[in-house]
Parts: sequence; C-alpha cells; structure tokens
Amino acid sequence: MEQKKLTIGVTGLNNIDSPGPGVSVIRGIKESEIDARIIGLAYENLEPGIYMPGLVDKTYLIPFPSTGSEAFLERLEYIHSKEKLDIIIPNFDSELYLFIKFSDKLLEMGIHTFLPTMEQFEERHKDNLPEYAKKYGIKVPESRPIVNSKELSNLPKPLSYPYFIKGKFYEAFKVVNNNQGIYYFNKLSAKWGLPVVVQQAINGTEVNVIALGDGEGNTVSAVAMRKQYITDKGKAWGGITLNDERLLEITHHIIKETKWRGAMELEMIKTDEGEYYLIEINPRIPAWVFLAVGAGQNIPEMVCRLATGEKVEPITTYKYGKMFIRYSWDLIGDIADFEKIVIFGEL
Amino acid sequence: MSKLNSLAISDNGFIFKPSTGESFTTNEIGLMIINLLKEGKSADEIISVITEEFDIDAISAGRDLYEYLDFLKREKMLD
Repeated sequence: MEQKKLTIGVTGLNNIDSPGPGVSVIRGIKESEIDARIIGLAYENLEPGIYMPGLVDKTYLIPFPSTGSEAFLERLEYIHSKEKLDIIIPNFDSELYLFIKFSDKLLEMGIHTFLPTMEQFEERHKDNLPEYAKKYGIKVPESRPIVNSKELSNLPKPLSYPYFIKGKFYEAFKVVNNNQGIYYFNKLSAKWGLPVVVQQAINGTEVNVIALGDGEGNTVSAVAMRKQYITDKGKAWGGITLNDERLLEITHHIIKETKWRGAMELEMIKTDEGEYYLIEINPRIPAWVFLAVGAGQNIPEMVCRLATGEKVEPITTYKYGKMFIRYSWDLIGDIADFEKIVIFGEL
Repeated sequence: MSKLNSLAISDNGFIFKPSTGESFTTNEIGLMIINLLKEGKSADEIISVITEEFDIDAISAGRDLYEYLDFLKREKMLD
C-alpha cells in the first residue's frame, strides 16, 4: 500500500551554539520511511535551518508566542491554507503552552500534534519540582522559586552555596555568593520572567534521557546519554549513549506514573554513591535527538506516527557507546533568499 | 553480569564503560590482567603469567597487579 505523503511543520531551526532541536528532528524524519514534505516554521530570519540545502521544502516566519495567541493562530491558519499541514512538531519550551492550548483547534483544522496535556506541562515546571517529586516519588535537589532578589539573602535551610539559579524556561548559572545571585536573578528575570528558581547544586555527573510516552503510561522510547563536552552555555557539544538500567527504570516510572504524552528530556545528576536526582524535565524533544536516532530509536518518526493515530510498538533496546559530536559549518547563502524571508516571511 | 564483563575492551587497550560513558586506556600488562581476571584467575596465577610474559620479578609483578586492582575498584570497574 502506498504511504500518504505527510506535510510536517517543524520549529526550532536555530541550529546555533545553543541549538534548537528542529534540524535534528527533520534529519530523523528524513532517515525514516515516512514520505514527508517538511515545512520549517522559523521565528527569526537568520535561523540556519531555513537555508540548509535539502533540509526544508519551504519555510515560513511565525510570530513569537509573546505576540499573542491571535496573531500566532492567524499565521498558522495562513500557512495551513497554503500547505495543508498534517503534523506540527513544536520544539521550544516557550511555544509549547500555545500549541498545547490550541491542540484541539489545530486538530479541527486537520493538524495533528503529539504533546503533553496542559496539566502534565504545567506540573513539571521548575518552580513546581519539589511538589512533583513528592507526588511521583522522585528524588530532587532542594529548590525554591523566588520572585524577589531580596529572598536570596534569606534562603531557607538546607539551601546553601553553591546553588544554581535558573530561568523560567532556559539558562542556569552556578552561584557562590549573594552578589552573584542578585546579578543572575536580575539577568534571568529580565529575560525569561518570574519566578526564578534556586536549586541546590548536587555533586555528581549529569546524565540525560530522551524519552517518549504514549499518554497511557507506556514508554515507547528511551535513550540515556552523558554529555562529554559542554559549551560555556551549558549545551552538549558531544555525548555518548549509556547502558544505565537505573536511569531507564526511573524514566519508565515517571512516564508510567504521569501517563506522559509526547517527548521529554530528563536531566538528572548521578552522585558517586549512585543516587539519582532529577534536576529538570524538558517537555519536548531535546536538540541531541539525532543521537537517539543513530543509536536505533527514531523518536521524531515515532512522534509523527503517534500524532497521526498509528499504534507504535515500544523499542526497548539501543546501541551503547554511540556518540555525537556537534560541529559548526559556514553556509554560503544568497541575499535574494534573505530578501524573500525578510519581505515575504517565507522562502 | 559482573562489572568487568560489562566493559567493552578493545585489543588496543581502550576500555569503554557503558554504564557511565567513561573511557580509559590501558597498557599491555593492564589488558592482560583484565583478561585473566575475566577468566577467573587468582592473584597468584596472574602474577605468575606476568612474570612469564614480561621481564619482571614476582614482587614487581605483584605490586603492579595490586596497584591496577586498586585502580579498577576506584573506577568501579571491579566488583
């Protein structure tokens, strides 16, 4: 039977030093058996994915979510009228709220997504992590959301230096004194809004899992990874897949208990004593997803299949010791392409 | 599976620990010690093989062996 060609919209084409996941997601789809037309959805006119040869079939600029839901939806309706989108895979934390909120409306239009529910999305926020951990029986470092820098000089015990101060959506800085804390509080709150989260630093190795839940408590996919090289922005520039059974057990537990729907990234610290502390849940595909594809679990493909209602059998194995090494590459573009994006908002 | 058997070890002396993603390099004696440990040889038997294969006495071989065992335990590669 001939497979229907799917038109798939993908955001996160900013393949820069703090890369969005879009380019890796598209590479995963292109490596699969899905016959796809890829529509790039970009926020800025210099996102590299717009210009990468052979990556997207067409790109449209979309307004930042902060512009408001009306403008956001209007633009998606326009793009859908042109392209007849079957699926959208949003890849930014900051846009997920809108995509989840309007997922029913998008479905009415014929656009499928496979995202966490609003409740799942909201309850795993960094500022809610202690309650989340208590509810689902997971270990997390002491943390506290703060809305005023004055709170930093009077943090409740056992919070102490060094701690991490984290932005609502992105970025985290290690803090060893109050002045530093205030400086980063101001920086993070100005950029990402309130609250800012203070989280106790835990000694150990950061380990990560990319996983996919089917929404019924089953883990369809899970691959564990350790960052081997971390940039000054805290991003992985190299990583390797692990055979860490305990880490995968914790992942299965979280997905089972929360009935997680969609992709997620768990960021955890493994201490020398072998204890695991959950430091963050990112409710989306992470930028290193192509490592999972290379290790044998094509998560972007599975997301597409789940989004369109296909039954996807869980994959429980992958290759250990598979590595990714990021690189930068100068593309040579033409001013005519740039002009089209700037003037018409599409290319 | 024992910790030692879970390691991926190449003939070139490159050791990959899949549970943590760490990698190590080892020399010819280290590689021989690991292989003999995996075969279940005792310390005395390993010392005996080292003295036969390399031009060193039993005391030096014993010192090398115990230093290496300490390293393997410290890095959680040996039960």
